[in-house]
Amino acid sequence: MPEHEAHSVLLPLRLKDRMMIPRVPMPELSACARARNFEEVNLGLDARGAVSEATRCIACASPGCQVECPVGVKIKEIVALIQAGEFLAAAAKMREDNALPAITGRVCPQESQCEGGCVLGMKGQPVAVGNLERFIADFERASGKLGLPLIAAPTGKSVAIVGSGPAGLSAASDLIQKGHRVRVFEALHELGGVLVYGIPEFRLPKSIVKEEVDNLRRMGVEFETNVVVGKSVTLDELMRVEGYDAIFVATGAGLPVFLGVPGEHLNGVYSANEFLTRTNLMRAYKFPEFDQPIYDCRDRDVIVVGGGNTALDAVRTARRLGARTATLVYRRSEAEMPARAEEVKHAREEGIEFRMLTNPVEFAGDEEGWLTGARCVRMELGEPDASGRRRPVAIAGSEYFLPADVAIIGVGTSANPMIQSTTADLATNKWNYIVADAETMRTSKRGVFAGGDIVTGGATVILAMGAGRKAASSIHDYLACGEWKRELDAGS
Amino acid sequence: MFKIVEARDAGLNIRQFVIEAPRVARRQRPGQFVILRVKENGERIPLTIKAADPAAGTITIVVQAAGKTTTLLNCLEAGDSILDVVGPLGHPSEIRKYGTAAIVAGSVGTAMALPTAKALKDADNHVIFIEGARSREMVVFEDEVRGASHEAHIMTDDGSYGEQGLVTRKLGDLVAGGRKLDFVLAVGPVPMMRAVAQMTAPLGIKTMVSLNSIMVDGTGMCGGCRVLLGNQSKFACVDGPEFDASLVNFDVLMQRNAMYRGQECSSMKQFEEHKQEELKELRAAVETKEKESARLRAKLEAAELGRREKHCA
Repeated sequence: MPEHEAHSVLLPLRLKDRMMIPRVPMPELSACARARNFEEVNLGLDARGAVSEATRCIACASPGCQVECPVGVKIKEIVALIQAGEFLAAAAKMREDNALPAITGRVCPQESQCEGGCVLGMKGQPVAVGNLERFIADFERASGKLGLPLIAAPTGKSVAIVGSGPAGLSAASDLIQKGHRVRVFEALHELGGVLVYGIPEFRLPKSIVKEEVDNLRRMGVEFETNVVVGKSVTLDELMRVEGYDAIFVATGAGLPVFLGVPGEHLNGVYSANEFLTRTNLMRAYKFPEFDQPIYDCRDRDVIVVGGGNTALDAVRTARRLGARTATLVYRRSEAEMPARAEEVKHAREEGIEFRMLTNPVEFAGDEEGWLTGARCVRMELGEPDASGRRRPVAIAGSEYFLPADVAIIGVGTSANPMIQSTTADLATNKWNYIVADAETMRTSKRGVFAGGDIVTGGATVILAMGAGRKAASSIHDYLACGEWKRELDAGS
Repeated sequence: MFKIVEARDAGLNIRQFVIEAPRVARRQRPGQFVILRVKENGERIPLTIKAADPAAGTITIVVQAAGKTTTLLNCLEAGDSILDVVGPLGHPSEIRKYGTAAIVAGSVGTAMALPTAKALKDADNHVIFIEGARSREMVVFEDEVRGASHEAHIMTDDGSYGEQGLVTRKLGDLVAGGRKLDFVLAVGPVPMMRAVAQMTAPLGIKTMVSLNSIMVDGTGMCGGCRVLLGNQSKFACVDGPEFDASLVNFDVLMQRNAMYRGQECSSMKQFEEHKQEELKELRAAVETKEKESARLRAKLEAAELGRREKHCA
């Protein structure tokens, strides 16, 4: 029996005709309205739209969409359930592999994963897997009938998870299902890691993160905020004093990278991390209702340096904070931007100016130390570099001055060394990332696993979740057999 | 929730709190700090830990009312709770046998310098403590200062207590009088720390300053607290808070600390007008939160019990 009246009446259609159905567009707030508020941009498909979109799926014998999913979501089965109007069943099926569907449906780079593997995308537009995922997660939440997975009998073993970001939460979900006691430690006062301090409200409402965290709580996961592991307690103390049998380190790559150019200490120059933390975690956009201040962007010129999702989040945030101009400055061209395609589209619609092939070489300020602008140099693309992208090269004599009151640096992050520096026997590489086996996520220290950005460097929410799942499965094996086999060479 | 077990006035607009924070108390070393958030809509502010009692699971902090958050904090009493306390953060002071160590502290900086002074004394240094304050009612912890040092000098700007003059004058007098100093720690307002740095640099005395830059998370994540050391950028929260005074660019520190002055003032003004309401709201919120978490705990325990029974059956 379909749980919703909106099930597909189009199914008798032949495959060829189904492929002709146009992709259902995502309804969104108008660009001029949203550029002045923090409400979510995408409004979500309705039931009819979701069914119609699901009907476009031709159910390939070997679905390309699933190959590319870092957490192995059974997309084909889920889409079939949506076609049949079985939305809650689809959501429950999703939850078997993905602990945070309402989140990934919103922030995954689908174009390079599931939708990138969709056969329809070869000629036309791929099935909107991300929009469908978001739909069933939102439908389930609104229905109040949560399909929480079954929890196995208690094993008597306990696992500490360090960090409540996507890697930590997804590992917590898998481990609690296996019957282990799970406690997640978070350094900040709010749970969710990058999902709350990094990704803005207009892309991922905080209430959704809270809901997903509460679901884990309902499954029995314990959380403790205000614990900086490495400072408040060490890994050794967690195991020896507090009795954890295994630890999963998922602290992310939280340290901001600056450009290292003169003038970066001027007032008005921020790391994207700080700018976003002030607005997202500390709700500075609601000052003075919230106490945390942020540089007043109203009627000011703001530039953001970088081309990834973080840079785009920052520039769109500045726009919403009332910036007169909000400009993205990137040293490569738009084709090399690592940001999600949808974010680039949304940013353009919101009036963000894109200044590509441009690199700041110095920030200038007034005599009181306030930023007045950036001296920039124009770039051109040369030979491909190690990342496979064409290397940007400065054009001699092309320097010019770009006036700005606020400059935000969003060119990447690096490893936070807090745990590594207080754990002597935890091997790290030369960039201070933790060395962990790619399959088992084991580190050089017995009982300690690591995954997500703290191992790979800054990546995506879904890759971190994939790492969390792998670690959970490997931790479960370790707890079952108690043997510590290590395949990796320390320090490699 | 971190319960305040003791609250008392220590000086004009200066209050001392003993707070239940067992994890922090267990790991605290001299020179480290906590970040706290008083209420749900509140900002995060760093405060140096004055003392810790690992057995009792408490830490002592000292707060000088300067802006909205510190003023609100100073309205709290024993029995009230602070929403979030995290730490201990930053590197501890480097404690070793230097020989003669001078601790130069301005007003509330005295509280921050005390644990380091004690540790230096315990490490067989001859400790000279110079405490400065604007006037008599801002001289704090005199007994503890005397206890943590071999010589203590109290200086007031207006001469209403101790000797009249700045702490740097006393430091200069000691040096001019032929005292050989092997180490200096300066904690207090930026102009004072800069003056100490300028005095000791030509003399080649190893001098450390504890920097009070603006922080958000305190874990190295935002970089808001960055300070310029020579031409190198360092984060006060994870690389500091103590730095070699001869390298610190104090102009940049002062300029960055002034970054939000406008908002700080407007926030404070608004707060002054609604102080009692805010305090009442805060207490009500704490109570609700405590009830909520008790309910949640009970629910979780019941669920856990149910699960166990089911598995046993």
